[in-house]
Amino acid sequence: MLHIFYSRLRIEEKTLFKAAESMGVNVDFRDVGDFVWPSDFSAVNGGVALCRLISQTQNIALTQLLESKGVRVINPSETVLLCGDKIATAAALDVAGVPQPDWRIAASPDSAVKAAESLGYPVVFKPAAGSWGRLLAKVDSRESCEAIAEHKAQMGPAHSIYYIQKYVEKSGFDIRAVMIGGKTVTLMKRCSEHWITNTARGGSPEPYPMDDELQNLLEWTASVIGGDFLAVDVFKTPEGYVINEVNGQPEFHGSMAATGIDVGRLMIEYAVKLCDSIK
Amino acid sequence: MSVKCCVCEADVNVAEDAMVGELITCTDCGTELEVISTSPVTLQEAPEVQEDWGE
Repeated sequence: MLHIFYSRLRIEEKTLFKAAESMGVNVDFRDVGDFVWPSDFSAVNGGVALCRLISQTQNIALTQLLESKGVRVINPSETVLLCGDKIATAAALDVAGVPQPDWRIAASPDSAVKAAESLGYPVVFKPAAGSWGRLLAKVDSRESCEAIAEHKAQMGPAHSIYYIQKYVEKSGFDIRAVMIGGKTVTLMKRCSEHWITNTARGGSPEPYPMDDELQNLLEWTASVIGGDFLAVDVFKTPEGYVINEVNGQPEFHGSMAATGIDVGRLMIEYAVKLCDSIK
Repeated sequence: MSVKCCVCEADVNVAEDAMVGELITCTDCGTELEVISTSPVTLQEAPEVQEDWGE
Protein backbone atom coordinates (compact mmCIF):
# COMPACT_ATOMS: atom_id res chain seq x y z
CA MET A 1 0.00 0.00 0.00
CA LEU A 2 1.24 3.47 -0.86
CA HIS A 3 0.39 6.31 1.49
CA ILE A 4 0.80 10.03 0.87
CA PHE A 5 0.40 12.12 4.01
CA TYR A 6 0.33 15.89 3.87
CA SER A 7 -0.80 18.90 5.88
CA ARG A 8 -1.00 21.62 3.20
CA LEU A 9 -2.02 20.76 -0.33
CA ARG A 10 0.76 22.43 -2.28
CA ILE A 11 1.14 22.02 -6.05
CA GLU A 12 3.52 19.15 -5.30
CA GLU A 13 1.07 17.09 -3.25
CA LYS A 14 -1.67 17.59 -5.82
CA THR A 15 0.76 16.62 -8.58
CA LEU A 16 1.64 13.41 -6.74
CA PHE A 17 -2.04 12.58 -6.26
CA LYS A 18 -2.89 13.26 -9.90
CA ALA A 19 0.06 11.16 -11.05
CA ALA A 20 -1.04 8.22 -8.90
CA GLU A 21 -4.61 8.60 -10.09
CA SER A 22 -3.61 8.69 -13.77
CA MET A 23 -1.41 5.62 -13.30
CA GLY A 24 -4.20 3.69 -11.58
CA VAL A 25 -2.18 3.42 -8.37
CA ASN A 26 -4.25 2.85 -5.25
CA VAL A 27 -3.05 5.43 -2.77
CA ASP A 28 -4.07 6.41 0.74
CA PHE A 29 -3.90 10.20 0.21
CA ARG A 30 -4.72 12.11 3.37
CA ASP A 31 -4.50 15.48 5.05
CA VAL A 32 -3.11 14.59 8.48
CA GLY A 33 -2.47 18.14 9.67
CA ASP A 34 -4.55 17.44 12.77
CA PHE A 35 -3.36 13.87 13.28
CA VAL A 36 -3.61 11.85 16.46
CA TRP A 37 -1.19 8.98 16.87
CA PRO A 38 -1.87 6.07 16.80
CA SER A 39 -5.62 6.17 16.17
CA ASP A 40 -5.46 7.97 12.81
CA PHE A 41 -2.99 5.41 11.49
CA SER A 42 -4.50 2.20 12.88
CA ALA A 43 -5.08 0.92 9.34
CA VAL A 44 -1.47 1.59 8.31
CA ASN A 45 0.53 -1.57 8.44
CA GLY A 46 3.83 -1.54 6.59
CA GLY A 47 4.02 -0.38 3.00
CA VAL A 48 5.53 2.86 1.75
CA ALA A 49 4.62 6.40 2.77
CA LEU A 50 5.50 9.69 1.17
CA CYS A 51 5.53 11.96 4.21
CA ARG A 52 4.87 15.52 3.00
CA LEU A 53 3.86 17.55 6.04
CA ILE A 54 4.82 21.16 5.46
CA SER A 55 6.03 21.62 9.03
CA GLN A 56 9.46 20.04 9.23
CA THR A 57 8.97 19.42 12.95
CA GLN A 58 5.75 17.53 12.36
CA ASN A 59 7.15 15.74 9.33
CA ILE A 60 10.09 14.35 11.28
CA ALA A 61 7.80 13.23 14.12
CA LEU A 62 5.37 11.44 11.81
CA THR A 63 8.22 9.86 9.84
CA GLN A 64 9.70 8.39 13.00
CA LEU A 65 6.31 7.19 14.23
CA LEU A 66 5.54 5.50 10.91
CA GLU A 67 8.96 3.85 10.88
CA SER A 68 8.19 2.44 14.34
CA LYS A 69 5.29 0.59 12.67
CA GLY A 70 7.51 -0.78 9.94
CA VAL A 71 6.51 1.70 7.26
CA ARG A 72 9.22 2.54 4.71
CA VAL A 73 9.05 6.31 4.55
CA ILE A 74 10.22 8.52 1.70
CA ASN A 75 12.49 9.99 2.95
CA PRO A 76 13.74 7.92 5.88
CA SER A 77 14.05 9.80 9.18
CA GLU A 78 17.84 9.91 9.12
CA THR A 79 17.73 11.77 5.80
CA VAL A 80 14.95 14.10 6.95
CA LEU A 81 16.89 14.92 10.11
CA LEU A 82 20.12 15.46 8.19
CA CYS A 83 18.54 17.73 5.59
CA GLY A 84 16.43 19.59 8.16
CA ASP A 85 19.53 20.78 9.95
CA LYS A 86 21.95 22.79 7.80
CA ILE A 87 24.72 22.30 10.35
CA ALA A 88 24.31 18.53 10.22
CA THR A 89 24.24 18.65 6.43
CA ALA A 90 27.40 20.77 6.27
CA ALA A 91 29.17 18.45 8.72
CA ALA A 92 28.21 15.33 6.76
CA LEU A 93 29.35 16.85 3.48
CA ASP A 94 32.55 18.06 5.14
CA VAL A 95 33.45 14.61 6.47
CA ALA A 96 32.93 13.17 2.99
CA GLY A 97 34.96 15.93 1.37
CA VAL A 98 32.10 17.19 -0.80
CA PRO A 99 32.89 20.77 -1.89
CA GLN A 100 30.71 23.45 -0.31
CA PRO A 101 31.10 27.14 0.52
CA ASP A 102 33.40 27.66 3.51
CA TRP A 103 31.40 27.78 6.75
CA ARG A 104 31.68 28.31 10.48
CA ILE A 105 29.51 27.53 13.49
CA ALA A 106 29.46 29.82 16.51
CA ALA A 107 27.63 29.68 19.83
CA SER A 108 27.44 33.33 20.90
CA PRO A 109 27.15 36.77 19.30
CA ASP A 110 30.82 37.52 20.01
CA SER A 111 32.04 34.22 18.59
CA ALA A 112 29.75 34.70 15.57
CA VAL A 113 31.55 37.94 14.76
CA LYS A 114 34.92 36.23 15.15
CA ALA A 115 33.75 33.40 12.93
CA ALA A 116 32.51 35.80 10.26
CA GLU A 117 35.78 37.73 10.31
CA SER A 118 37.73 34.51 9.92
CA LEU A 119 35.75 33.83 6.72
CA GLY A 120 36.00 37.42 5.47
CA TYR A 121 33.02 39.51 4.39
CA PRO A 122 30.57 39.16 2.84
CA VAL A 123 29.10 36.21 4.72
CA VAL A 124 25.58 34.81 5.02
CA PHE A 125 23.93 34.04 8.35
CA LYS A 126 21.49 31.17 7.97
CA PRO A 127 19.15 29.62 10.48
CA ALA A 128 20.17 26.01 11.11
CA ALA A 129 16.61 24.99 10.25
CA GLY A 130 14.72 26.96 7.66
CA SER A 131 13.51 27.03 4.13
CA TRP A 132 12.33 29.24 1.27
CA GLY A 133 15.16 31.70 1.90
CA ARG A 134 13.65 32.85 5.20
CA LEU A 135 15.79 34.69 7.72
CA LEU A 136 18.92 34.68 5.58
CA ALA A 137 21.14 37.68 6.21
CA LYS A 138 23.96 38.76 3.93
CA VAL A 139 26.49 40.64 6.02
CA ASP A 140 29.08 42.94 4.46
CA SER A 141 30.77 44.56 7.43
CA ARG A 142 31.70 44.10 11.07
CA GLU A 143 29.08 46.65 12.12
CA SER A 144 26.30 44.76 10.35
CA CYS A 145 27.62 41.48 11.69
CA GLU A 146 27.49 42.68 15.28
CA ALA A 147 23.90 43.87 14.79
CA ILE A 148 22.71 40.64 13.14
CA ALA A 149 24.40 38.48 15.76
CA GLU A 150 22.84 40.49 18.57
CA HIS A 151 19.39 40.39 16.98
CA LYS A 152 19.59 36.62 16.48
CA ALA A 153 20.45 36.23 20.16
CA GLN A 154 16.99 37.61 20.94
CA MET A 155 15.16 35.25 18.59
CA GLY A 156 14.93 32.21 20.82
CA PRO A 157 16.79 28.94 21.28
CA ALA A 158 16.54 27.86 17.62
CA HIS A 159 18.76 30.83 16.73
CA SER A 160 21.26 30.39 19.54
CA ILE A 161 23.60 28.49 17.25
CA TYR A 162 25.05 30.52 14.39
CA TYR A 163 25.58 28.94 10.99
CA ILE A 164 27.66 31.29 8.89
CA GLN A 165 28.52 30.62 5.28
CA LYS A 166 30.98 32.43 3.07
CA TYR A 167 29.03 34.41 0.49
CA VAL A 168 29.42 33.03 -3.02
CA GLU A 169 29.20 35.26 -6.08
CA LYS A 170 26.98 33.16 -8.32
CA SER A 171 26.44 35.33 -11.39
CA GLY A 172 22.72 35.73 -10.87
CA PHE A 173 21.70 32.09 -10.59
CA ASP A 174 22.00 28.92 -8.61
CA ILE A 175 21.31 25.38 -9.78
CA ARG A 176 18.62 23.06 -8.47
CA ALA A 177 18.75 19.32 -9.09
CA VAL A 178 15.83 17.08 -8.16
CA MET A 179 17.06 13.55 -7.52
CA ILE A 180 15.13 10.31 -7.17
CA GLY A 181 16.92 7.18 -6.01
CA GLY A 182 20.31 8.88 -6.30
CA LYS A 183 19.83 9.95 -9.92
CA THR A 184 19.09 13.43 -11.22
CA VAL A 185 15.69 13.69 -12.87
CA THR A 186 15.54 17.45 -13.41
CA LEU A 187 18.15 20.17 -13.53
CA MET A 188 17.40 23.86 -13.66
CA LYS A 189 18.90 27.18 -12.78
CA ARG A 190 17.05 29.76 -10.73
CA CYS A 191 17.78 33.27 -11.91
CA SER A 192 17.29 36.44 -9.93
CA GLU A 193 18.74 39.90 -9.60
CA HIS A 194 18.43 39.38 -5.85
CA TRP A 195 21.17 37.38 -4.13
CA ILE A 196 18.48 35.00 -2.82
CA THR A 197 17.44 32.95 -5.85
CA ASN A 198 14.81 30.61 -4.34
CA THR A 199 11.74 30.31 -6.54
CA ALA A 200 9.75 30.88 -3.33
CA ARG A 201 11.36 34.33 -3.36
CA GLY A 202 10.78 35.08 -7.01
CA GLY A 203 13.71 33.36 -8.73
CA SER A 204 12.73 32.35 -12.26
CA PRO A 205 13.40 28.73 -13.28
CA GLU A 206 15.16 27.79 -16.53
CA PRO A 207 16.63 24.48 -17.71
CA TYR A 208 20.34 23.91 -17.05
CA PRO A 209 22.55 21.49 -18.98
CA MET A 210 24.16 18.59 -17.15
CA ASP A 211 27.92 18.05 -17.36
CA ASP A 212 30.17 15.31 -16.00
CA GLU A 213 31.54 17.36 -13.11
CA LEU A 214 28.07 18.31 -11.92
CA GLN A 215 26.67 14.81 -12.37
CA ASN A 216 29.47 13.29 -10.34
CA LEU A 217 29.09 15.88 -7.61
CA LEU A 218 25.33 15.38 -7.37
CA GLU A 219 25.58 11.60 -7.19
CA TRP A 220 28.35 11.89 -4.60
CA THR A 221 26.18 14.24 -2.53
CA ALA A 222 23.17 11.93 -2.75
CA SER A 223 25.30 9.00 -1.61
CA VAL A 224 26.39 10.99 1.45
CA ILE A 225 22.92 12.26 2.38
CA GLY A 226 21.02 9.07 1.56
CA GLY A 227 17.28 8.95 1.12
CA ASP A 228 15.13 8.62 -1.96
CA PHE A 229 13.94 12.07 -2.94
CA LEU A 230 16.25 15.08 -2.70
CA ALA A 231 16.55 18.60 -4.06
CA VAL A 232 20.18 19.68 -4.18
CA ASP A 233 21.10 23.35 -4.52
CA VAL A 234 24.42 24.07 -6.18
CA PHE A 235 26.53 27.16 -6.84
CA LYS A 236 28.78 27.44 -9.86
CA THR A 237 32.03 29.16 -8.90
CA PRO A 238 35.21 29.85 -10.90
CA GLU A 239 36.80 26.95 -8.99
CA GLY A 240 33.97 24.55 -9.80
CA TYR A 241 30.59 23.52 -8.45
CA VAL A 242 29.87 23.60 -4.70
CA ILE A 243 26.89 22.24 -2.79
CA ASN A 244 24.88 24.93 -1.03
CA GLU A 245 22.05 22.96 0.57
CA VAL A 246 20.21 19.67 0.33
CA ASN A 247 16.43 19.59 0.82
CA GLY A 248 14.79 16.45 2.13
CA GLN A 249 11.22 17.20 1.16
CA PRO A 250 11.56 18.72 -2.31
CA GLU A 251 9.19 21.20 -3.83
CA PHE A 252 9.41 20.61 -7.55
CA HIS A 253 6.81 22.67 -9.39
CA GLY A 254 9.52 25.07 -10.60
CA SER A 255 11.63 22.15 -11.82
CA MET A 256 8.65 20.74 -13.72
CA ALA A 257 7.89 24.13 -15.25
CA ALA A 258 11.50 24.61 -16.35
CA THR A 259 12.07 21.15 -17.79
CA GLY A 260 8.65 19.77 -18.70
CA ILE A 261 9.52 16.57 -16.84
CA ASP A 262 6.73 15.03 -14.77
CA VAL A 263 8.52 14.66 -11.44
CA GLY A 264 5.29 13.56 -9.77
CA ARG A 265 4.92 10.58 -12.07
CA LEU A 266 8.58 9.61 -11.67
CA MET A 267 8.22 9.78 -7.90
CA ILE A 268 5.10 7.61 -7.89
CA GLU A 269 6.81 5.09 -10.21
CA TYR A 270 9.73 4.94 -7.79
CA ALA A 271 7.44 4.55 -4.77
CA VAL A 272 5.45 1.76 -6.44
CA LYS A 273 8.68 -0.12 -7.21
CA LEU A 274 9.72 0.32 -3.60
CA CYS A 275 6.34 -1.04 -2.48
CA ASP A 276 6.77 -4.07 -4.72
CA SER A 277 10.32 -4.69 -3.49
CA ILE A 278 9.33 -4.89 0.18
CA LYS A 279 6.24 -7.07 -0.19
CA MET B 1 -14.57 28.83 -12.28
CA SER B 2 -14.37 32.23 -10.63
CA VAL B 3 -14.82 32.87 -6.92
CA LYS B 4 -14.57 36.10 -4.95
CA CYS B 5 -11.43 36.63 -2.90
CA CYS B 6 -12.51 36.74 0.75
CA VAL B 7 -10.04 39.57 1.40
CA CYS B 8 -10.35 41.99 -1.55
CA GLU B 9 -13.39 40.57 -3.39
CA ALA B 10 -11.51 40.34 -6.67
CA ASP B 11 -12.37 37.41 -8.93
CA VAL B 12 -10.08 34.45 -8.27
CA ASN B 13 -9.82 31.67 -10.85
CA VAL B 14 -10.18 28.24 -9.31
CA ALA B 15 -9.43 25.15 -11.41
CA GLU B 16 -12.28 22.74 -12.08
CA ASP B 17 -10.27 19.96 -10.41
CA ALA B 18 -9.53 22.01 -7.28
CA MET B 19 -9.21 19.97 -4.11
CA VAL B 20 -9.92 20.78 -0.48
CA GLY B 21 -6.76 22.14 1.10
CA GLU B 22 -5.36 23.50 -2.16
CA LEU B 23 -3.63 26.86 -1.96
CA ILE B 24 -4.40 29.63 -4.44
CA THR B 25 -2.95 33.13 -4.58
CA CYS B 26 -5.23 36.06 -5.33
CA THR B 27 -3.58 37.89 -8.21
CA ASP B 28 -5.11 41.19 -7.12
CA CYS B 29 -4.17 41.43 -3.44
CA GLY B 30 -1.60 38.63 -3.22
CA THR B 31 -3.32 36.89 -0.33
CA GLU B 32 -2.75 33.15 -0.13
CA LEU B 33 -6.13 31.44 -0.03
CA GLU B 34 -7.10 27.91 0.89
CA VAL B 35 -9.92 25.92 -0.70
CA ILE B 36 -12.02 24.75 2.25
CA SER B 37 -14.92 23.34 0.22
CA THR B 38 -15.43 22.31 -3.40
CA SER B 39 -19.23 22.26 -3.55
CA PRO B 40 -19.68 25.08 -3.53
CA VAL B 41 -16.11 26.32 -3.87
CA THR B 42 -15.28 28.32 -0.77
CA LEU B 43 -12.04 30.09 0.02
CA GLN B 44 -10.58 31.39 3.23
CA GLU B 45 -7.28 33.02 4.09
CA ALA B 46 -4.54 30.39 4.37
CA PRO B 47 -2.71 30.16 7.68
CA GLU B 48 0.38 32.28 8.20
CA VAL B 49 3.63 30.62 7.16
CA GLN B 50 5.38 29.13 10.18
CA GLU B 51 9.08 29.22 10.89
CA ASP B 52 9.58 25.49 10.27
CA TRP B 53 7.55 25.26 7.05
CA GLY B 54 9.30 24.38 3.87
CA GLU B 55 11.16 21.74 1.99
